[in-house]
Amino acid sequence: MFEVRIHGRGGQGVVTAAEMLSIAAFEEGRHAQAFPSFGSERTGAPVVAFCRIADQEIRLREPIMYPDALIIQDPTLLFQVDVFSGLKKDGYILINTKSTFDELGLSDYVRDWPADRLCTLAATDLGLKHVGRPMPNVPLLAGFAALSGITKLESVCKAIGAKFSGKVAQGNIAGATEAFELVRARIESARKEAAHA
Amino acid sequence: MLKQTEGSHAVAEAVALCRPEVICAYPISPQTHIVEGIGEMVKSGELTDCEFLNVESEFAAMSVAIGSSAAGARTYTATASQGLLFMVEAVFNASGLGLPIVMTVANRAIGAPINIWNDHSDSLSQRDCGWIQLFAETNQEALDLHIQAFKLAEEVSLPVMVCMDGFILTHAYERVDMPTQAQVDAYLPPYEPRQVLDPAEPVSMGAMVGPEAFMEVRYLAHAKQMHALELIPQLGDEFKKVFGRDSGGLIRSYSIDDAETVVVAMGSILGTIKDVVDEMRADGEKIGVLGITSFRPFPITAIREALKNAKRVVVLEKSLAVGRGGILASDVRKALRKQPVDVFTVIAGLGGRAITKKSLHALFLKLALETEESLTFLDLDWGVVNRQLERERQTRRSGPAAENMLRDIGTVASKIA
Repeated sequence: MFEVRIHGRGGQGVVTAAEMLSIAAFEEGRHAQAFPSFGSERTGAPVVAFCRIADQEIRLREPIMYPDALIIQDPTLLFQVDVFSGLKKDGYILINTKSTFDELGLSDYVRDWPADRLCTLAATDLGLKHVGRPMPNVPLLAGFAALSGITKLESVCKAIGAKFSGKVAQGNIAGATEAFELVRARIESARKEAAHA
Repeated sequence: MLKQTEGSHAVAEAVALCRPEVICAYPISPQTHIVEGIGEMVKSGELTDCEFLNVESEFAAMSVAIGSSAAGARTYTATASQGLLFMVEAVFNASGLGLPIVMTVANRAIGAPINIWNDHSDSLSQRDCGWIQLFAETNQEALDLHIQAFKLAEEVSLPVMVCMDGFILTHAYERVDMPTQAQVDAYLPPYEPRQVLDPAEPVSMGAMVGPEAFMEVRYLAHAKQMHALELIPQLGDEFKKVFGRDSGGLIRSYSIDDAETVVVAMGSILGTIKDVVDEMRADGEKIGVLGITSFRPFPITAIREALKNAKRVVVLEKSLAVGRGGILASDVRKALRKQPVDVFTVIAGLGGRAITKKSLHALFLKLALETEESLTFLDLDWGVVNRQLERERQTRRSGPAAENMLRDIGTVASKIA
């Protein structure tokens, strides 16, 4: 079972992102379970959503406390919420930011991490560029597909089609495609650097 | 057809496939997505011959449901928590009148303190209201139980609540197999009421009944629920023939044949318990699970039979009878009154407290060593409780307990679960 926790703020499509990840996995014939952690949901308040992916029926209903991967939709949460709580060693981390892990002050935390499991992506800008709204969720999801390999870009696009239609769907697919390529290129160069080191 | 969708949406689609004629809706979390979904289907024309009414309260929702059901329309509504409590007078009337309304209860805690999260306090507060109550373990079962519920309700002329865990199921995206209209039509015939308000053949419904017949009317309601005990497994069998899967029934067991310890529970927590049982079985523990699908009527005979070899029964419930202990546990105890077996009561998950595998594992190991029947509050924070008790000892005007305890705990926004 592969467990993903998504952190963000109310209004950033955190819950939708988890749902779309589950749809993408379902499109590949896998079992998936997405659910939100409902708190006092307000625009801007911290929100957490979860997604489990497995090859057999998922019966477990507890929150994801030991994730294999984290998607952080808002880097300001790093100083407010214990986002790394329970993250498995060498787990995937994708953060929506223009900064690097070093600039975010995370170099100590990820010191021994494999470089191809870490990525930052300016996803809000991609949302603005392609959909006209500062929504980082879809670019992050596509970036996460490239980072983790858990789903194909094609399946993310199918999930976009399940949630959106018309121009919004087209914009999201364009944003997803750009995000996927950006992250894939970064991961490849990280792997090359690691091979040379 | 297999699809990945939200529990609420799956239920909305299933209800629409049952060709309801009247839906009355008043929004309350975590039920709202269901009636919203059906509303969209009525508006788009996907669901025809159906009157969708926005009412001004839950009391109005159940009142409208009573009226439309009495007029011969297949009627559906949904509610939760305070909404269910607000409609209670009409809830009793619906069953007293023998009207086959189907209602989803998206289970949620009851205030005060106000809390929007899941537990079973709302449905279980209505355990004696005369409605049949079925509990779903998964979204697939929730969907399937709604289809069975209409058939059951109309067969015995009693209303049915389909209870599904709020948020945990209603807001979860998971895989469901959505039946076709042809399958549902083959299973569920058009509604033929036993009683109907018809100007051509006038009858009175809801007239006063004095001491000369009130007992008989009430007894008949009980007899109908006892009849439902036979009908529920039959409807499950028929369901399997048409839809090809096991769903419904009175109880569902897992790994209990040689089990010394059997955990009894209702709803979505059964999935987590099954995972724990598999882990403990791998360690050699003889443990199993019994899920109760039909809480009302309560299947005493079936439970007794299923637990006949158990040495220890752990009833894990998301409800609390304050001043008494477990609600489900008391009913299970009654079923086992002649068996030499200890029944342990565990109150868990109130107000959305996460029930984790880790806590369950430790709990079951601990209870396996106990010899006296006990009442446990799973993962209760004794530090917080004791501080408040101490405060109440020290100060007469100790203030609101909930506010004090929240202050003691401090910020929770930074925590994950």
